[in-house]
This record gives sequence, C-alpha cells and structure tokens, in this order.
Amino acid sequence: MEPVVQADVLRKAFGAFTAVDGISFSVRRGECFGILGPNGAGKTSTIRMIYGFSPLSGGSLHVLGQDVTRRRQLRKVKYRLGVCQQENNLDPELTVLQNLEGFASYFDVPRPEATARALDLLKFIALENRRNTPIPELSGGLMRRVVLARALINEPDLLILDEPTTGLDPQSRHQIWDRLEGLRARGISILLTTHYMEEASRLCDRLIIMDHGKILVEGRPQDLIREHAGRDIIEVSEPGEELRSFVRDRGLRYDDLGHRLLIYCDQRDQLYREVSGQYCHDGCTLRTATLEDVFLKLTGRELRE
Amino acid sequence: MNSPLSIRISHRFLRVWRRNFRVYRKTWRVSFLPPLLEPLLYILAFGYGLSVLVGAVTYRESKVPYVAFIAPALLAIAMMYNSFFETTYGSFVRMYYQKTFDAMLATPLFLEEIITGEIAWGATKAVIATAIMQIILTFFGLIRYPEGLLILPLAFIAGFAFASIGMYFTAVVANIDLFNLPIFLFVTPMFLFGGTFFPLETLPGWAQVFAWCLPLTHLVALSRAVSFGLLGPSLLWHVLYLAVFSALFFPLALVKMRKRLIK
Repeated sequence: MEPVVQADVLRKAFGAFTAVDGISFSVRRGECFGILGPNGAGKTSTIRMIYGFSPLSGGSLHVLGQDVTRRRQLRKVKYRLGVCQQENNLDPELTVLQNLEGFASYFDVPRPEATARALDLLKFIALENRRNTPIPELSGGLMRRVVLARALINEPDLLILDEPTTGLDPQSRHQIWDRLEGLRARGISILLTTHYMEEASRLCDRLIIMDHGKILVEGRPQDLIREHAGRDIIEVSEPGEELRSFVRDRGLRYDDLGHRLLIYCDQRDQLYREVSGQYCHDGCTLRTATLEDVFLKLTGRELRE
Repeated sequence: MNSPLSIRISHRFLRVWRRNFRVYRKTWRVSFLPPLLEPLLYILAFGYGLSVLVGAVTYRESKVPYVAFIAPALLAIAMMYNSFFETTYGSFVRMYYQKTFDAMLATPLFLEEIITGEIAWGATKAVIATAIMQIILTFFGLIRYPEGLLILPLAFIAGFAFASIGMYFTAVVANIDLFNLPIFLFVTPMFLFGGTFFPLETLPGWAQVFAWCLPLTHLVALSRAVSFGLLGPSLLWHVLYLAVFSALFFPLALVKMRKRLIK
C-alpha cells in the first residue's frame, strides 16, 4: 500500500544553517509515526514541509501520494490534512463552537455540516458543555483539546501533531493521549513530533530519533529499546571504584554519569543480585529500560539551547 | 517552487474576509461608535467652532461654508484610517500575536489568499465606516445626491489602496511599536496637508507639488467633487492615481509578506 508520507533525501536550510539534512523515511497508512529529537533537531522543520508551510530546500516529498512541491497537488493534500501546531492559535474573539465552524469553512465544509461535525468533535473531546465559552476563558489543556478538535474538522486522512502535549499538566496530557489512541484505533494515520518519550512509547507504532537534522535510528519503540538499551537497567547511585572495575572486567554495557552508573542488562535477576549484594552503598534499582534511555544514549546528555 | 512575483489568488480569499467579518459582527456595537460619533464631533468643533473664524472657503471659484468644505475630507480620512489601521495593527495582531495566519496556512488556504482576504477586509471596513458617516453627513445636508452614491465605491477603491500599503508596512516592521513611524511620517502629514482642512492653494508651490504626490490628496479631491456633485472627466486622473497606488502596493505587500512568513 502506498505510504501516506514518503520523504527522500529531504533537506531544509535556512541560509547557512541546515535544519534538516537529507533525511528519508516513510509513514504507512494507519500507523502512528513519531519524530523524536531534542530541541533544534529538525522535527518542526520536517513536518512544516509536510503540511506545506515551508518550501523544500532539496529532496522530494510525497504526502498522500501527491508531490507537495507542486502547488496544485499541495492544495489537494492540504484538504486532507489535519494539523495541530505548537501554539494554541485559536481565534480568541470567537467561542469554541464558532472556532470549529469557522475553520471548517476553509475546507469548503458547508455550514450545517460544519456545525454537526463541530458538535460531534466537542463530544469527542468532552467539551460539549463549553461550546459557547469564549476561548480566553479556557485553560491551556482545554485549549489544546479544542486545537485537536479543530484539526479533525475536515475528517483528515493524516493527522499531524507538533508537540501536542508540551506544557500541559499530567491530567491534560493523559486526556490528549486517550483521544489520540481513540483516533488511532479508528485507523487514522498520525504523524507526531514530541520530546516526551513516554508519549512516544505509548502512541507510536514506529518512530525516528533525529538530531542535528539527521535520523539517528528508526524502528518500533520496543525494538529500539531492546537494541540500544537492553531489557533492563540497573541504576546505581554513587558507584564505587570496585563496581566500575567490575563492569569493565565483565564487559557489560554501561554509562558512567559520575554520580550514577547505568548498567544495561538482559539477564536481570542474577546480575542485579550480584551488583546490589556486593557493590551498592547508596541505592541501587533495577528497572525496565525505556525509550528515554535510548534517547539519552543516542543524543547525549548535554543541554541544548 | 513559485517565483516571488507569481501571484495566484482564488476566490478562497473570501473565506478569510468572512472570518474577519464574523469577528466584527461580534463587536459591531463598539465598532459602530467611532464612525458615528467622529463626524459629529468634527462638525461641532471645526464646523461650528472654527468656522466662526474661517467663515466661507473658496472651492471651485465659489464660496462654500466651511462645514461643507471639510465634510468630504472627513469621509476621505475615515476611508484612510479604517483601512490602514485594520491592516497594520489589526493584521499584525492576527499575524504575530494570535498566529491566525499560521493556523490558516495549515488549511487549503495559501498565503496570497490570506493576505488578499485581509486587504479586502480592510477595504470593507473603510466602506462600513464611510457608510455610517455618510448617513450622518447626509442628515446635515452636506452631501448631494445622486452623485453622493459614488462615495461608497470610492471608499472601497481608496480602502483597498490604503489597506495595501498598510499590509506592506505590516510585512516589514519588526514590532508593533514601529507603526508609529509610518503614521508619523505618512498618515499624519496627509491628514493635515492633503487638502483636508484648508484649500491646497494656500500652501506654497513646492508643498502643493508634494501634497499631490500623496494618495489622500487625490482621495479628498474625489470625495469633495462627489459630495458637491461636481463630476467631470478630470476626476479620472485621481482615480487612476489610486488604482496605480494599489497596483503597486498590493503585489508588494504579497511579496513582502511571503518573505516574512514563508520560511
């Protein structure tokens, strides 16, 4: 089946700065695909090209089978995309319902149909009773839900979400995740950028991790974890020299962070007993490896701008 | 992808226009007040206060009351203000603070349609304000009919011109405070010296030449001729000036906006 997004050697440069440096990937129909990366990795630049906001600097990009560098084809694509940008850029002068109805008109949805869809979507995001509320009276989390509903008003084939839960409290974040899981279950293709690993592992069927405009890895979250971080991690606080030489001698995979030592392992219980029994002074935990371990391992631990 | 000068606009700009109209309707009670009250205040202050000093003014070789002289200028100024301020402050807020344009760009709309919709809306606001003022001025017997019916189409043509240059400034200013510059250097001089509150002929020759370079001077000339019912072929030159002004600044606004927003 034809992919919903097919990027080949995609490039985006702003003057001398290359934001996206020749990446290739494809998003399959019906899957949730994640683009992960630290700030400035090129995530937003990539999806802005996909929804036609930014022209390409190089490479080719097909979305829903259309070449987005051609204006006529791009217009067709734009009709079938739902985009949730980073900002809550709703019309503050209008109510929740009016925001959705107004947005529908940009997609040529006739008025009665627009109202019906808007009311449906408000039900979906559990905001029916706030339909006549002016936007400034909503909390950040509620606004986010309205932005999500707005992105669905044209019943898109591909939903694009740029950091959908950044800045939200845990309750609101879980609300959004529930909705996105519901959409995924309906078979809608989703492309999302995030720097929340929990979000990516929970929602994404496949993902790429980007840094400095390039793709570092691509795969399913569980596969990436197994491949790059192993099954489990023993985390030791204030590790002593004996432990360091122990992991070196054993040839174990580890990360030495100074005050903490991470040991990646597959045969958990035996090694854990050994480490905790002999080398632990300040605390020692055994936990399942997560996508965050993979992410930090690949993109480094130093701060980004 | 597209050459910067290629301009393709579909009827979809009307969607953007409708969005602004929808918002306007929500605040129409407030929006209606200035064009309703402003002419009354001006007529009171300038017309009845100042005319004691001024008396009558010579317009086209005949003496006319001062109030009748400035009334068409008030209309012209309203056309300028309502369109220019809409596409400067109004559009800048939508573009920069509310990110409305960004949201629209993620729909089938293209940037040219958004900007055209904004400019057309600016022109429409000029028409609305002018219509309200015209009713008041008509009540005072300051507009002759049927010629006065031309005022509304004139408001759209002029509104489009001023909305276009306003949008051009919106595309190039770094922040919203910098609008003070074109207002101080462009709008206010026109307001004062565009043949508005005194006849141009009282100015020295060089100043008259300068005044005729500015769009408001031509607009005032048109508005006054129409209000007095003195139509003639020479008016076409003023219309031509406004048309050329739009033909220059409308594409320029689109090009500059594309440069600002499409990254």
